[in-house]
Amino acid sequence: MKMAKYILKRFLLMFFVLFVIVSVAFMLVRMLERPLPDGNAAQQEIVKLRWAELGYFEHPLVQYGIYLKNIFTKWDFGTSWTIKYMEPAWDLLVGRLLPTVLVNIYSLIFSIPAGIALGIYAAIKKNRWQDTLISTAVMIFVSVPSYVYAFLVQFIFYFKLGWLPLTIYSVADAGGSYFTWPMFYSMIAPILALSFGTIAGLARFTRAELTETLTSDYMLLARTKGLTRSQATPRHALKNAMVPILPMIISSFIGILGGSFVIEKIFSIPGVGSLYVNSIAQRDYDVFMIDTIFYTLIGLLANILVDISYGFIDPRIRMGEK
Amino acid sequence: MAENININIPMEKFRFVQENEKIKDRKFDDKPIGYFKDAWIRFRKNRASVVAAIIIIIIILYSILTPMFITTHDNSFMVTQYQRKPARVTALRDTIGILDGGVDRTVTEPELIRLAAMGIGAANYDGNQATAQDGYDDYHTPLISVSEPTVVLNAKKKEVNQYSVRVDTYLEVGFLYDYIPQSELQKILDFEEESGLKVLYPLVEDNNYNPDPTDANNWYKAKKVGNPVYINEKGKAKTLEYSLDMVLEDNYKRDENGNLKYYEYSAGGDINTAQFKIRVLYYNYYQYKYGFEPNYIMGTESQGYDMALRIAGGIQISLLIAIFVCVINFILGAAYGAVEGYYGGTLDLVLERISDILNGVPFIIVASLFKMHLSNQVGEIPSLLFAYVLTGWIGTAYRVRTQFYRFKNQEYVMAARTLGARDSRIIWKHIFPNTLGTIITSSALAIPSTIMSESMLSYLGIVNLSGVDGTSLGTLLADAESRWIQFPHLMLYPAIIISLLMICFNLFGNGLRDAFNPSLRGVED
Repeated sequence: MKMAKYILKRFLLMFFVLFVIVSVAFMLVRMLERPLPDGNAAQQEIVKLRWAELGYFEHPLVQYGIYLKNIFTKWDFGTSWTIKYMEPAWDLLVGRLLPTVLVNIYSLIFSIPAGIALGIYAAIKKNRWQDTLISTAVMIFVSVPSYVYAFLVQFIFYFKLGWLPLTIYSVADAGGSYFTWPMFYSMIAPILALSFGTIAGLARFTRAELTETLTSDYMLLARTKGLTRSQATPRHALKNAMVPILPMIISSFIGILGGSFVIEKIFSIPGVGSLYVNSIAQRDYDVFMIDTIFYTLIGLLANILVDISYGFIDPRIRMGEK
Repeated sequence: MAENININIPMEKFRFVQENEKIKDRKFDDKPIGYFKDAWIRFRKNRASVVAAIIIIIIILYSILTPMFITTHDNSFMVTQYQRKPARVTALRDTIGILDGGVDRTVTEPELIRLAAMGIGAANYDGNQATAQDGYDDYHTPLISVSEPTVVLNAKKKEVNQYSVRVDTYLEVGFLYDYIPQSELQKILDFEEESGLKVLYPLVEDNNYNPDPTDANNWYKAKKVGNPVYINEKGKAKTLEYSLDMVLEDNYKRDENGNLKYYEYSAGGDINTAQFKIRVLYYNYYQYKYGFEPNYIMGTESQGYDMALRIAGGIQISLLIAIFVCVINFILGAAYGAVEGYYGGTLDLVLERISDILNGVPFIIVASLFKMHLSNQVGEIPSLLFAYVLTGWIGTAYRVRTQFYRFKNQEYVMAARTLGARDSRIIWKHIFPNTLGTIITSSALAIPSTIMSESMLSYLGIVNLSGVDGTSLGTLLADAESRWIQFPHLMLYPAIIISLLMICFNLFGNGLRDAFNPSLRGVED
């Protein structure tokens, strides 16, 4: 019961924060002048009339009222004017979700086991050369920005070896869908570029947690009971080390919706990240607003889910208690 | 065990520590080791962090010293003809053959002839019938080395010759047309006499044998580019075969007397404004215009600026932004966290909600909004700084708050309060020094994350810090995009510098954390 109350409280708070952020962002965006989409004078005149109809020339507060009303009554987040003329912003965003999510899920499927395995190996071999090697590599890979990996991947696999394409295929080239082999093949490069950082981060975290549990008293007890090291490590140490690792994985699953701006740009993935960058470059403010809502919501949700998942994973942690 | 201890120490071995003097108020013989000295000793022992600190210092020194060593030109020196050129140091190129500004290429025969013709044209300016071999021997040939031909099939399944060559990309610019007033012409002639370098070359006839009149490199008679012809006795054009003895037939403009024309009137009215068209060998023209040979130790970037200087400027801008952000966040975060943590209660709750809201906005959105609103009024860099300052201090504030909660009820604070110390004195004199280690660590770790996010924002084009006097490392990378496969140096140097900065600052920050907080050692790495 306390848990439910806690979750409810967190969600209410989240919506309050979201509301404030969206309101401020909306006011700031509507204070800017909108550029007219390309077209001849007559078309632009029509667009202007349409904007007047939509209330774009009213006071920002009135506009905000209209905006909220449209969202709650019609699920209408405004319209794209420059990126894709007259396309509803919501449809535009939803259409961009699939490529982003696909690339990121592939990357996570590959990097979570790899990261955890490396971390476990380093922890077991603590202070030996294997550990030093992994830890040094992890330190480097955590620090280096993701676009540098992207360049490296492109340089090695496209330019030197010629195994992978430079950017991902368009849907038409890949057989009309995102779920085809050619599409997956062309996504390998961005998947690799995304994975380095995740693997390194996860390996570092796993190693730190596992070295701590490996030296704990209950491990000593398990060993004195007669368990061998290879029996005691997965049963006792690993299980306890997973408590902080799982929430981290959960939050990275929320993060896949957001994707990576830089990787999407380098590999020309038509995802939400590139939509956001385009919406700024082309001053498509309704698209910018829905992107703002989307990214803010993802960030807040990830925070909450991490906190809550602690309570579910580890029965010792009681949520909402003082 | 106890009964085994049976040590006999003879009486005379004992002596008094002190007999007649008081030692209770004696000063320590060595200096006391304070908090910071202790941290410094621990930091020194951390080899990785020390190495990282040294590399950071080297990078900073590079950014300061490079502009001093490169005396011939500065950060804003830009030559559009020399864009995206690889590294070239003329002295080293001419002696030991490294840093020659060259790239390896595979070319077909017409392409080879086009390149060879630049050297031949430089040697053959007044119809002295230079052969291809003379062209290769001339300093101004762009061909550093040419391999023996290999036979391959082209797209039409025809056998053609292919050559692996190394091309000096600076000399590859070859000849150019330029328009100058008459006074300039005399200066060029004076320069030629003084330096012995040939700048002016004869103009080219615009006739059937000139396949592209806008390109000043087509000085010889040809049907297509790289397809030279000679005119036989019957006045018919025959294609020339490529060989080392090949002599190209020139297509220069001549006056009625058969003298070569080096300039011609192009536009303008009187003697001051009249413009003359000339044809120049750009490599020598460069030396005439700027007074030195092209020397770029890292090559040039995508607009024609010197890469070494742009990187030096980029490091300075990136580091200055990072340090500024770090200092401001240090001050704001400390003050905000101190007030929150010390007073607690409702004030804490309200302030926490405010920082919750600010923390909820993704940074990229803050940066975009600031850019859209402010960059036209206050400039790109200030608007980016505002964005960093708006949300960057929250992490520091959170840490300071936690530390204050930990210390505010300890006995020494109670004692100070009982003795009548004011709140501000307790906060700054008694509790704050205890939080200093945490703050310094988090501030040091804020530097790499600022550099990282700045470079990402510039890379995405959300901010654009590029200007005449400088640019940021991220902008250099963004400029390299889509072209760097052909010109790897555009990406290589900025990427190496950014990666080094990130790795070293992270190591340095971790070292600081371990030094200030030995109990946290190894928690995160």
